[in-house]
Amino acid sequence: MSAPTSPRLDVDHTLETARIVVCCGAGGVGKTTTAAALALRAAERGRRVVVLTIDPARRLAQSMGLSELDNTPRPVVGVQGTGRLDAMMLDMKSTFDELVVEHAEPGKADAILTNPFYQALSSSFAGTQEYMAMEKLSQLQATGDYDLVVVDTPPTRSALDFLDAPQHLTTFLDGRLVRVLLAPAKAGGKAYLKVVTAGLSVFTSVLTRIIGADVLKDLSQFVAALETMFGGFRERAQATYDLLKAPGTAFVVVAAPERDALREAAYFVERLATEQMPLAGLVVNRVHRSGAASLSVERSLAAAQQLPEGSLASSVLLLHADRLALAGREARLQERFSRAHPDVPVVQVEAKPGDVHDLDGLRSVGDDLAGALPLAPEGLAAEAG
Amino acid sequence: MADFPDVRLHVVTGKGGTGKTTVAAALALALASDGRRVLLAEVEGRQGIAQLFDTPPLPYEERSVAVAPGHGDVVALAIDPEQALLDYLHMFYKLSPNGIPARTLRRMGAIDFATTIAPGMRDVLLTGKVKEAVVRQTGSGPVYDAVVLDAPPTGRIGRFLNISHEVSGLARVGPIKTQSEGVMAVLRSPQTAVHLVTLLEEMPVQETLDAVAELEGLGMPVGGVVVNAVRTPRLSPLQLEEAGAGRLDTAALADGLAEAGVTAEGDLLVALEQEAYDHAQRVALEERGRDALAGLARPSYELPLLPDAVDLGGLYALAASLREQGMA
Repeated sequence: MSAPTSPRLDVDHTLETARIVVCCGAGGVGKTTTAAALALRAAERGRRVVVLTIDPARRLAQSMGLSELDNTPRPVVGVQGTGRLDAMMLDMKSTFDELVVEHAEPGKADAILTNPFYQALSSSFAGTQEYMAMEKLSQLQATGDYDLVVVDTPPTRSALDFLDAPQHLTTFLDGRLVRVLLAPAKAGGKAYLKVVTAGLSVFTSVLTRIIGADVLKDLSQFVAALETMFGGFRERAQATYDLLKAPGTAFVVVAAPERDALREAAYFVERLATEQMPLAGLVVNRVHRSGAASLSVERSLAAAQQLPEGSLASSVLLLHADRLALAGREARLQERFSRAHPDVPVVQVEAKPGDVHDLDGLRSVGDDLAGALPLAPEGLAAEAG
Repeated sequence: MADFPDVRLHVVTGKGGTGKTTVAAALALALASDGRRVLLAEVEGRQGIAQLFDTPPLPYEERSVAVAPGHGDVVALAIDPEQALLDYLHMFYKLSPNGIPARTLRRMGAIDFATTIAPGMRDVLLTGKVKEAVVRQTGSGPVYDAVVLDAPPTGRIGRFLNISHEVSGLARVGPIKTQSEGVMAVLRSPQTAVHLVTLLEEMPVQETLDAVAELEGLGMPVGGVVVNAVRTPRLSPLQLEEAGAGRLDTAALADGLAEAGVTAEGDLLVALEQEAYDHAQRVALEERGRDALAGLARPSYELPLLPDAVDLGGLYALAASLREQGMA
């Protein structure tokens, strides 16, 4: 069987035409760096760009030489050319707060913002992060200040949970649970159990026993306060979903040439296909190559054995054998992905000896993203087999 | 003598991509040596344990996945919040998962609500199940000699473990508060140790330092640092120094290669020099990472990079290494 040849991901075309680029992938694959490098490259090719990161570890700040990122886009200093690059880190809670203030009925906003359930929901609920990232994305897009918005998603599968947001809200709103929870609030906040209809009493007594009457009261008030703004929420979630599906959006899946990371990449690729979301392609990060691939692993090992242990030539030969074997393993893993997904365009970024934390480093990653590295070196996968 | 003789709950966290699931599994195997019984639990629905032990996806059920040297036993459990809730209702409220109240709760969407929408509840359920396994007794003593938790990554570990804070605003009194306080008491006790897995790369090292500071601030017992995927330098310290400074003795290299029958001229020689330079850079970076981690003054363990993806044989080798180094 001949090695599959994936189409090459044309990053520059994507950066010229897209209005939104969403980077997703497993943790630890260099997603944040990829997002920053894409954004910088687009900016230096003349576009007005903003890059949005969600990561609490402030990795984007590190890789862009910024010391502080808050919920406001800040200009990145040192960008060359006529374009512009802003960077920002998502502040989940304040994004949510703004949304509440905008959509709540007059006078209701405070009741929501001070409710303990809201405070927990807006600052710690796992799904809120993805949801608010997408909210921020559409806000940034709507300002008209930017030609391109690049988003870095959280390092989990749930990065795509926002795709379910409209559905979640609808199910929740239409659910009977909400109606039960709303009952006491609608009755004017009187003693909880008395106002509930007989048909629901089994349910509520169980619920009260389990979570406690106090919690139930807070929850009930929270849901009642939120109810008024759910319509607005739902509309927005739907609008964001449509925006992501529209031409002009490009999803870039990022992976490292490792088994688990490529498995996650396959999951993302398949999920995006199911949702009919526009996939630009796969970035395989931190790929190892050797300029001395003509000297095979076997030959290097055999030659090293003929030399005194620890001698310079012997050490360099062993080092070369390690590197070539690693490159071969990586090539085979990627080949496996390409066989399963032959239509997904791919581009590779070479492993750098150190981490990227300045604009020069990001530019160099950007060059690789634009295809500086030959995609499938002749026979590499077979060579080290 | 192992470094954590009194610890019964080992929480393993680390930045994504550092191999925390692999380390958790190796630690479980190491702890299970000499006839002990260890539970290895995961909470993120990734089925990472099943993939590692090459078994079908784990149900919400404790089942043996590996035997350890000396008739030890590793039992695995993938904790699912919905099942944990039903379990909890059964245990504390005598509600059968198939009885009318539980079915009603499910039909009303309350189970969904509690496990996916209600903030903080999910983590109380997950850590609650872990705590239950830690304290579970048979007539003669604890069911498990140790429990190893493959926990969420460093970015979320503080929030995940600090559950009483997460629910304190929600439940000032009542069963949820009682439950979360019970869990918290175990998590903060000397029975628990939170271990951090890292690579010798800048960002994982930085996240490890940040996580240790956060956990200490929360009063969580920090255990050891496991440095994963360590490579032994191929060059001697002197060779590394020369290669890193671009002063590699190319004449000696070419002579040596020629002696072994490799004609290395021009491009090939330059490429080999480049590889030596990259290697020297990388080793220097690793040394800086090691120095930074040494500043934590925590017990530290190193595991070698395995040449291929980790399989069961590799896991046993890593477990043996952890035992030799005294982690278990």
